[in-house]
Amino acid sequence: MEGLFLSLFTFHFSLFMVPFSEEKLAKVQEIIARYPEGKQKSALLPVLHLAQEVHGWLSAETMDYVASLLQLEPIEVYEVATFYSMYNLKPVGKYMFEVCQTGPCMINGSDDIVDYIKQRLGIGVGETTPDGLFTLKTVECLGACGYAPMMQLGKHYKEHLTREKVDQIIEECRKQAGQLN
Amino acid sequence: MGVKLLLEKAHVEGIRSYEVYRREGGYRAVEKALKTMSPDAVTEEVKKSGLRGRGGAGFPSGMKWSFLAKPEGVPRHLVCNADESEPGTFKDRYLMEFLPHLLIEGLIVSSFALGSNATYIYIRGEYAWIPDILEQAIAEAKANGWLGKNILGSGFDCEIYVQRGAGAYICGEETALIESLEGKRGNPRIKPPFPAVKGVWDRPTVVNNVETLAAVVPIINMGGEEYAKIGVGRSTGTKLISACGNINKPGVYEIDMTISVEEFIYSDEYCGGIKNGKRLKACIPGGSSVPILPANLLLKTAKGETRYMNYESLSDGGFATGSMMGSGGFIVLDEDQCVVKNTYTLARFYRHESCGQCSPCREGTGWMEKILKNIDMGKGKMSDIDLLWDIQRKIEGNTICPLGDAAAWPVAAAIRHFRDEFEWHVKNPQECLTRNYGLANYADPLEVKSEM
Ligand SMILES: Cc1cc2nc3c(=O)[nH]c(=O)nc-3n(C[C@H](O)[C@H](O)[C@H](O)COP(=O)(O)O)c2cc1C
Ligand code: SF4
Ligand code: FES
Repeated sequence: MEGLFLSLFTFHFSLFMVPFSEEKLAKVQEIIARYPEGKQKSALLPVLHLAQEVHGWLSAETMDYVASLLQLEPIEVYEVATFYSMYNLKPVGKYMFEVCQTGPCMINGSDDIVDYIKQRLGIGVGETTPDGLFTLKTVECLGACGYAPMMQLGKHYKEHLTREKVDQIIEECRKQAGQLN
Repeated sequence: MGVKLLLEKAHVEGIRSYEVYRREGGYRAVEKALKTMSPDAVTEEVKKSGLRGRGGAGFPSGMKWSFLAKPEGVPRHLVCNADESEPGTFKDRYLMEFLPHLLIEGLIVSSFALGSNATYIYIRGEYAWIPDILEQAIAEAKANGWLGKNILGSGFDCEIYVQRGAGAYICGEETALIESLEGKRGNPRIKPPFPAVKGVWDRPTVVNNVETLAAVVPIINMGGEEYAKIGVGRSTGTKLISACGNINKPGVYEIDMTISVEEFIYSDEYCGGIKNGKRLKACIPGGSSVPILPANLLLKTAKGETRYMNYESLSDGGFATGSMMGSGGFIVLDEDQCVVKNTYTLARFYRHESCGQCSPCREGTGWMEKILKNIDMGKGKMSDIDLLWDIQRKIEGNTICPLGDAAAWPVAAAIRHFRDEFEWHVKNPQECLTRNYGLANYADPLEVKSEM
């Protein structure tokens, strides 16, 4: 019984927590060196970004690992991870469409873009397609108000969105995902 | 064509690279400051220039620098605020993306003036591609001797680091930014102590906006007095305006603060007029936090004078009939836009971004959002309008940081100038779902009803 529990535990652990590669560990050291001696807590936001790159989200195990890397209490990591909107605390699709819906985007038709994406992907806001490819999220102003409507897709912005452009983006994502698999 | 001090070279091919930037006269300000000036002399030039903070509050930068505490043996820091998250504002992004070396040059000169050996750029996390651009510029500057140890033999050491935020408007507030830079939640601190005395890691710290720090370059190159001759009154130098909404040419413009609002909206050099030949209904001239103005009060002050794109003129009339320069986020609404809906999205924004420390802000922003949503959906009551007014008044001035005010002002101004539109929504719960109120009091805003 105990053995089963233990193996389940390690299974769980290994699934959601991948220790950083050598390269990532070196990056962590480089980041810590930017701050005064003993102030490595300042590295927390950048290191959480690094951690999120691995799975696209932060599991409790991942956060505990980050805490151990920076010699912090786990709670210090949780309270930060839950404060900032860019840290995903649940798994998300491979491609996350984060559509801005604040005033300037709204007056340029962001509602229509959100509706269209919902219809195209068959999901609601906050949901992920069953194939795990797409998540739709609405977000607040991303500093692209002059190029509205817009969304964030990974590291980049997709601006001046139209229905046709949304079609293209979905197509490109599907193609890219197909090539990766 | 107005004077261009920041964006003059923005369209030079390859200006992002060190070679081109240097060939175009870049890093002259660092040479001048580090080789011929003392740190205090640099601060003095900034004072003379009349430069006011470009992050929103408009506080005189030279004065702010002179407040920096300098206790013996305690390191000081300059932090560049690149959190840019105020709806309508996207000018800092433009500077960093297209003229990264201008910011780095401004940072080196400013770090020298303030004695910051380690300077941080705190950039909003969503601008995920920009840190690479900045880090490359930093590496190039360092490889060419503008950063690192003993720069130009001056004895001054300086490193610049880029720190990414992770999605939180509140981290643009300087003390929240400092908390975030320390690896914590972005909860603003109670002031005093001010960052100038106790900032990041309890060390004296100056936090300045990207545009403010970039402006230090032309100030040093041309001298503070010359810089102060550009513009008008206490609005010296040039200002970046990010224009968006229903206009023909949205984008980032550099203006010298002597042009009228009308020229800015209608001339082809700037916004190019209202899109699709529509009429102008309203405008939020300085980022989502500042009061919205109906067209007539935007173009002319209550006294009937022309309104200009500068600090004084935009705020002429106070909140009763004026607005603010703020961050320079210029949001234009045409006759088809619904002020209630627009205000609702802004209220939702502030509710989303409240850090939750103070109850008036945490609860009040939520209530305002709900009430505005109801009115927008045709489910509002007349008494809701007064309730909204009451809530915003109870938030304003009763919170730790100015986010509370920033959430209250847009709601107050919308009711002040567009009360008839709110009432129409309540009286026409069906119709308001299918059509907009339209231009309404374009030429004649209602008098303020419940201001008392
Ligand atoms: C809620 C809130 C958000 C703010 N966001 C920003 C911002 O994104 N960028 C910025 O430069 N200043 C922002 N500020 C103003 C800063 O607190 C600070 O005044 C500014 O960075 C000082 O720089 P400056 O004097 O060069 O303008 C914000 C203030 C508040 C209250
Ligand atoms: S006013 Fe709002 S954002 Fe500012 S400290 Fe209070 S709760 Fe936080
Ligand atoms: S409102 Fe959408 S990017 Fe600013």
